[in-house]
Amino acid sequence: MNWMKYRIVYFLISATVIGAGIFAYLKWGLSLGIDFKGGALIEYQVGKDFSTEEAIKKIENPSIEVHSIQKAGENTYLIRTNPLNPSYRENIRVVLNELTGEDAQELRFENVGPSIGPDLIKKTIYAIAIASSAILLWVAFQFKSFKFGVSAVLAMLHDSLVLLGSFAILGHFFGVEIDFLFVTAMLTILSFSVHDTIVVYDRVRETRKKVGGSTIEMANMAISQTMVRSLNNSFTIIFMLVALILLGGTTVKWFAVALLIGTISGTYSSPFVAVPLLVVWEELQRKIKRA
Amino acid sequence: MHLSSPAKKLIVIFILFLGALFISLPQKIPFFGREVVRPNLDIKIGRFEIKKSFDLRLGLDLAGGSHLVFEADTSKISSDKMKDAVVSLKEVVEKRVNLFGISEPVVQTSSFGGKERIIVELPGIQNTQQAAELIGRTAQLVFAEVSEATSSGELKITDLTGADLERAAVDFDQTTGKPVVALQFTKEGGGKFEKITEKNIGKAVAILLDTEIISAPIVQEKISGGNAIISGDFTTEEVKKLVIQLNAGALPLPIGLVEERVVQATLGTESVAQSVKAGLVGLTMVLAFMVLSYGRLGVVSAVGLIIFGILTLALYKLIPVVLTLPGIAGFLLSVGMAVDSNILIFERFKEEKGKRPVADALEVSFGRAWDSIRDANIATLVTAFILANPFDWDFLHTSGPVRGFAITLALGVAISLFTGIVVSRNLLRVFVREKKA
Repeated sequence: MNWMKYRIVYFLISATVIGAGIFAYLKWGLSLGIDFKGGALIEYQVGKDFSTEEAIKKIENPSIEVHSIQKAGENTYLIRTNPLNPSYRENIRVVLNELTGEDAQELRFENVGPSIGPDLIKKTIYAIAIASSAILLWVAFQFKSFKFGVSAVLAMLHDSLVLLGSFAILGHFFGVEIDFLFVTAMLTILSFSVHDTIVVYDRVRETRKKVGGSTIEMANMAISQTMVRSLNNSFTIIFMLVALILLGGTTVKWFAVALLIGTISGTYSSPFVAVPLLVVWEELQRKIKRA
Repeated sequence: MHLSSPAKKLIVIFILFLGALFISLPQKIPFFGREVVRPNLDIKIGRFEIKKSFDLRLGLDLAGGSHLVFEADTSKISSDKMKDAVVSLKEVVEKRVNLFGISEPVVQTSSFGGKERIIVELPGIQNTQQAAELIGRTAQLVFAEVSEATSSGELKITDLTGADLERAAVDFDQTTGKPVVALQFTKEGGGKFEKITEKNIGKAVAILLDTEIISAPIVQEKISGGNAIISGDFTTEEVKKLVIQLNAGALPLPIGLVEERVVQATLGTESVAQSVKAGLVGLTMVLAFMVLSYGRLGVVSAVGLIIFGILTLALYKLIPVVLTLPGIAGFLLSVGMAVDSNILIFERFKEEKGKRPVADALEVSFGRAWDSIRDANIATLVTAFILANPFDWDFLHTSGPVRGFAITLALGVAISLFTGIVVSRNLLRVFVREKKA
């Protein structure tokens, strides 16, 4: 199959998805969780449902600012506020007790000061930079070509942008926050993306050794030969992730969603971003040489 | 009877599997109404003793507990003394936590961007307020003379401090029954105390904790022997806390709480149950998918996947890996990735089957697929390595969730290489040969 004939289409698809993400990011920004901007997150188990509006009214005072109250499950609620002074922690529980007439149980309490976030962002950037350079060097070394390394890393960044954009959209419509686990998901997707890309590249390498031919021919062959494998492998991962999303509980739900988006994007980006980039690169090189 | 080499390897793998199964299973298994209990390993050879209980270690988010991060105020200390101060800060915090009597606490330091932080993890502790007060108070004890020159009673700080203590203990006042702190000074401290009391007979001596007067008794006579008592309006709880702080020593730097996370054990138990359920459903879907897509080959990879699961769980218990919620997610993800090497090989096998005899095609597929399996998995391991940060580099993440995830992911990838290549290869070799015969 002549996959590379439609390379412009693939780039357009990627550009559209990433464009939508960037648009969402510019318009709504990312909704950062307490890990990044500080604040408190408390999960309560209560006897019966209550009016969240009334609760916000009763809880708020000059020192407590309620950002949101969400129903997380049956009789469990998530309350987000500004960073809390320890003495106000009890205040919230007392209000809930009043509203429900029963003892509210604190299942989880997270209180993060504003100084933690900036460090977390810096460390994440370092981790991505180090992981990307290590992978770039490894791919360039194994495939004896800088082109392969750079294209693989670009496909990887493509997936990160897709993920980040998706969460800008999810954040706006579903109130999903970017937290510590999101960072983990993003870094995992980096490795998954490159894992998939290497499998396709490996076929290009093998074909080049055995048959040779133009880059486009080799690329087409490699994609045809690895397509079923790529899809099947992604299916097995998607099965696990869907099970986690549906049954894994609230704490890991959005983490699993992030991994799922990344897996889909990573599967797409190997044949339709990493390989076309390689082809375009070589074409440009030839044109420059001729000129 | 002549056994072919793959068959021999299979036997070895089978024995390994049984060993791993023994470790992986829960300690108590209901068995036809009776309960089978696995004995703990307890071997004594001469002076060496090996003790292992093979329990799965759960992190704070699963077992319940609290995670506290303190930041040190380094504004009043010169940078050349910083390193020592932070080391001794960690020691004091560790001592306090240990004296508090919690099993397996974790105390770590983290230095990043000019900020010195202490991370404390307390399994099973839900009352963070109490723990934070115990750990976070500087607890600098000083004795001061009250000068009578001014009517307000100006304090003159003496050289007798908490550093002169041999030990502190909880005691009770014999007449009032109120809890008090019994102090025993070192030899040198006892001398200082004797001098101070001698000088101040009939006057008050103030005892200050972090610039706050906690007691100011009137000295009746010179006290030698190096024993003193702080009586004040304390509850027993407060005295206990104070005793721990005094015995551990004062913090060399003031610290403040900047982050706290508390999880109730009930929420953790629920998370475990949900993850196990999600894992089983996902695993069943993966197994069914493999069998439906690849038929008999799929059955082989299903067997490989089950061996993968058992081996991984056994390694978690042996190392031991502290399992967290993200860690479980990492494990489940690695299950999804574990079949990848099988899929790569099977797809290759489909291509090669037409070109050569089945047994040869199998060997060729394994050989050809290996290059991409190796390169791809090393890339994943590199990322996992950076996330796990095994050398505790300060510029990378040093804390729990990211790390827990990376460790289980890395282990999963490594074990899947073994089961995907060694186990399923030998299974297939035996399987294919028998089919031919």
